[in-house]
Amino acid sequence: MNVAARAAKAERITPQTAAEHGLSADEYKLLLGALGRDPTLTELGIFSVMWSEHCSYKSSKVWLRKLPTEGPQVIQGPGENAGVVDLGDGQAAVFKMESHNHPSYIEPYQGAATGVGGIMRDVFTMGARPIANMNALRFGAPNHPKTRHLVAGVVSGIGDYGNCMGVPTVGGETNFDPRYNDNILVNAMCVGLVDSGRIFKSAAKGIGHPVVYVGSKTGRDGIHGATMASAEFDDASEEKRPTVQVGDPFTEKLLLEACLELMAEDAIVAIQDMGAAGLTSSSVEMADKGGVGIDLELDRVPTREDGMTAYEMMLSESQERMLMILKPGSERTAERVFRKWELDFSIIGYTTDTGRLVVRHRGAVEADIPLAALAHAAPVYERPWTKTEPQPVVAPETVPAPDRQLAALGYLMSSPALASRRWIWEQYDHMVMADTVQRPGGDAAVVRVHGTDKGLAISCDVTPRYCAADPHQGAKQAVAECWRNLTAVGADPLAITDCMNFGNPERPEIMGEFAAAVEGMAEACAALSFPVVSGNVSLYNETNGVAIPPTPAIGGIGLIPDVAMMATIALKRPGDVLMLLGEETGHLGQSLYLQAMLNRTFGAPPPVDLDAERRTGDSVRGLIRAGAVSAVHDVSDGGLLVAIAEMALAGGHGVVLDALRGPRPAHATWFGEDQGRYVIAAAPDKADAIHKAAAAAKVPLRLLGRVGGDAIVLDGEPPLPLATLKAAHEGWLPHFMAHG
Amino acid sequence: MKASVIVFPGSNCDRDAAVALQAATGRAPAMVWHGDSEIPASDLIVLPGGFSYGDYLRSGAMAAHSPVMREVVARAKAGTPVLGICNGFQVLTEAGLLPGVLMRNATLKFICRDVLLRVERNDTAFTRHYARGEVVRFPIAHKDGSYFADEATLDRLEGEGRVAFRYCSADGAIAASANPNGSRRNIAGIYNERRTVLGLMPHPERLAEATLSGTDGAKMFLSLVETLH
Repeated sequence: MNVAARAAKAERITPQTAAEHGLSADEYKLLLGALGRDPTLTELGIFSVMWSEHCSYKSSKVWLRKLPTEGPQVIQGPGENAGVVDLGDGQAAVFKMESHNHPSYIEPYQGAATGVGGIMRDVFTMGARPIANMNALRFGAPNHPKTRHLVAGVVSGIGDYGNCMGVPTVGGETNFDPRYNDNILVNAMCVGLVDSGRIFKSAAKGIGHPVVYVGSKTGRDGIHGATMASAEFDDASEEKRPTVQVGDPFTEKLLLEACLELMAEDAIVAIQDMGAAGLTSSSVEMADKGGVGIDLELDRVPTREDGMTAYEMMLSESQERMLMILKPGSERTAERVFRKWELDFSIIGYTTDTGRLVVRHRGAVEADIPLAALAHAAPVYERPWTKTEPQPVVAPETVPAPDRQLAALGYLMSSPALASRRWIWEQYDHMVMADTVQRPGGDAAVVRVHGTDKGLAISCDVTPRYCAADPHQGAKQAVAECWRNLTAVGADPLAITDCMNFGNPERPEIMGEFAAAVEGMAEACAALSFPVVSGNVSLYNETNGVAIPPTPAIGGIGLIPDVAMMATIALKRPGDVLMLLGEETGHLGQSLYLQAMLNRTFGAPPPVDLDAERRTGDSVRGLIRAGAVSAVHDVSDGGLLVAIAEMALAGGHGVVLDALRGPRPAHATWFGEDQGRYVIAAAPDKADAIHKAAAAAKVPLRLLGRVGGDAIVLDGEPPLPLATLKAAHEGWLPHFMAHG
Repeated sequence: MKASVIVFPGSNCDRDAAVALQAATGRAPAMVWHGDSEIPASDLIVLPGGFSYGDYLRSGAMAAHSPVMREVVARAKAGTPVLGICNGFQVLTEAGLLPGVLMRNATLKFICRDVLLRVERNDTAFTRHYARGEVVRFPIAHKDGSYFADEATLDRLEGEGRVAFRYCSADGAIAASANPNGSRRNIAGIYNERRTVLGLMPHPERLAEATLSGTDGAKMFLSLVETLH
């Protein structure tokens, strides 16, 4: 039966059916024009996922073009499964971050687990062995009834998947904010290592080549996952549980080893994982990139359940599956490898010269679509947008002072925003592969490039409260903070991946946040030579019309030439001097001090001066490389006193701080969140050289005090013993998770 | 010393073990796939950490029945030293080479962190580079690491000097607060009767070089090299 007859015979597709698939009336008209007839249900399903926001980037595309994506270090920018940057010596890092927000809210364990599984597949699809995972998590308010359940499920899902894979989860960040109560964010990042000459891509070049399905069997899970991720939540969202996929990390581990084993042979033309929109998006994207057509015979697809329809097979998001185009004659080699690893292997089709996607099932043609229509005729929207109203700069003098600075410090350090995340990262195997040279808790995680002395530094950053107040400054700050964290361990920052988490782009104020964030990022990326090489966009993070704060999460990597010169935040020696590098203004707007101490969020976020950022960072990196410093920490959330306290706790050494001079209120100095600053510790005999280097680089430097004792000592206040501070700092999260 | 590392589907510390062995012996160990029924002539067999067969059944239960384990059991019975780390320890108990079982951690959570261990004796092939009673730092990374055996078995293990390592505090005290996972009598590792088979939950191979912030684990591999040549 031909497809037109099939479409005519089948239940007639109406605009109503199209709407149920998330296609607007105009989009359905576009579809009819592209196809030249009514679609079959399978075709409608294929169009709906390919044209979903999740797969087509139809609202974000016009803005994303503004991001810098090039640089001498970039081997592969956006457009492949992941970005690739050069590490020298014939090796490259492959990395990407991706969201799994909607599924993780509905089913936190599986949602988070499959997010981790998906991002690792994106990386090993390109021929890289994953060497580190990171994650950026946003949960609702601690007192929201669902928060503990979501934290427990997400953390255990991430842990179980990465732990079983044997890939260390080396760090990340976690926020609590009531604006995420009904839309948590789970952004997972993976970094892999590959030989530069052995990078695999997804373009299916060549006619008549076998299309091979490997991995797990296809089931009915995850159907319409991509469509779910392209719509808002409402009160009935819980009913979407069946659209969440189920993860099997053991199978993924086998798939990883099998893929890498086959990649060592000369057998693969192209390879892509079946992620969002499964078989549909992988086959369409591979064929489109290679400029070929593709014929699929669905009777050959390994299925988990009987009686699956073409529609279900094309839309299933069952996990741990890959699609490959093989060189003809390589079928036996490939099958032997996959059988060894006890994985399904099936030739399900061939590349053609028709430029069409043809899907056959049980003797009938279920779909016959011009690929160009699926991949390029998708609507692109220039959605209307409005600018976020700027907030006034808060004068430090107008912000109430605490009774005692050290009491405020203790309170901040034990607050949900700053309390230790140990409870989370101790559930992640962060040491497997035996190359983790900087464990969680520092400015950036560092994993050694196996078999070398080089280190890869990795950090995930964004400060959502800054972005909510000013998406442009906030996004700029996110990129700058990531760059700063990599710098603080002594790395040369290389490139970033991003996860753009926003609300409903059909609302002009949300679209305005997105546009401003992209522009802010672009500015920072350009100024810091820190291009974007991969990423994803997650829109519609809102429930009943209430959106999350704009959250452009940035994941960056940097290179340390020799891990022996890596810096850490831990204070090492009594007697060392503490110094601050960078400009101080005492900026308290949008600070944690305001939020935690005064329970208020207002004002403009701290501005980022990108010239000063670069100057100061380069100077700090130079001092690290010269062996002049014994500890380094950037100043971020909570401000200067928090940074100092974190260094003291990490090293188990107290500090004696000098009395402040000048007219600025003390709490603005201690808790202001001015950007572009670092605290360094150094042996006293190095102080002169450091002063000179800072002066030469035109970087402000102030002496803060000395390392020593077992307390934080501040002029005129009772000392704060480290043991007390540590108990408060370490205590909050475990207590919260156990007792609420 | 010629070593063999057994690789099950889902093993994921096989490379880490191989790196530590190579550092200690100067030569790469043989990597033996679970489906092989032959193991090359070896002075030491290592069962590495990981999640063999996904550990979807009891941890180590599936691996204990894989073809290669018949040979491992035979070699162990013939006196070849066998070291089972983490999942390898679980496999050794499931295969009957060591008594007891590793149950879910008392916290019910996966735990990854450094722990302190007391070396109970230093007259075995695995421990001669340690001092008796020495407190060493190894990392743990497991969800099913709570050692359990009935009281009679525990008494026998202690009576026969078969407890290899115990979780301890910095001063070597066997305190409940130093026990990360609820193991009976703070047991982190045990020997067979002849002390030629050692199973332990902590990972010596992960702290076997200074760059990884600790070298206590390296002494175990050096002990093995010195004893087994």
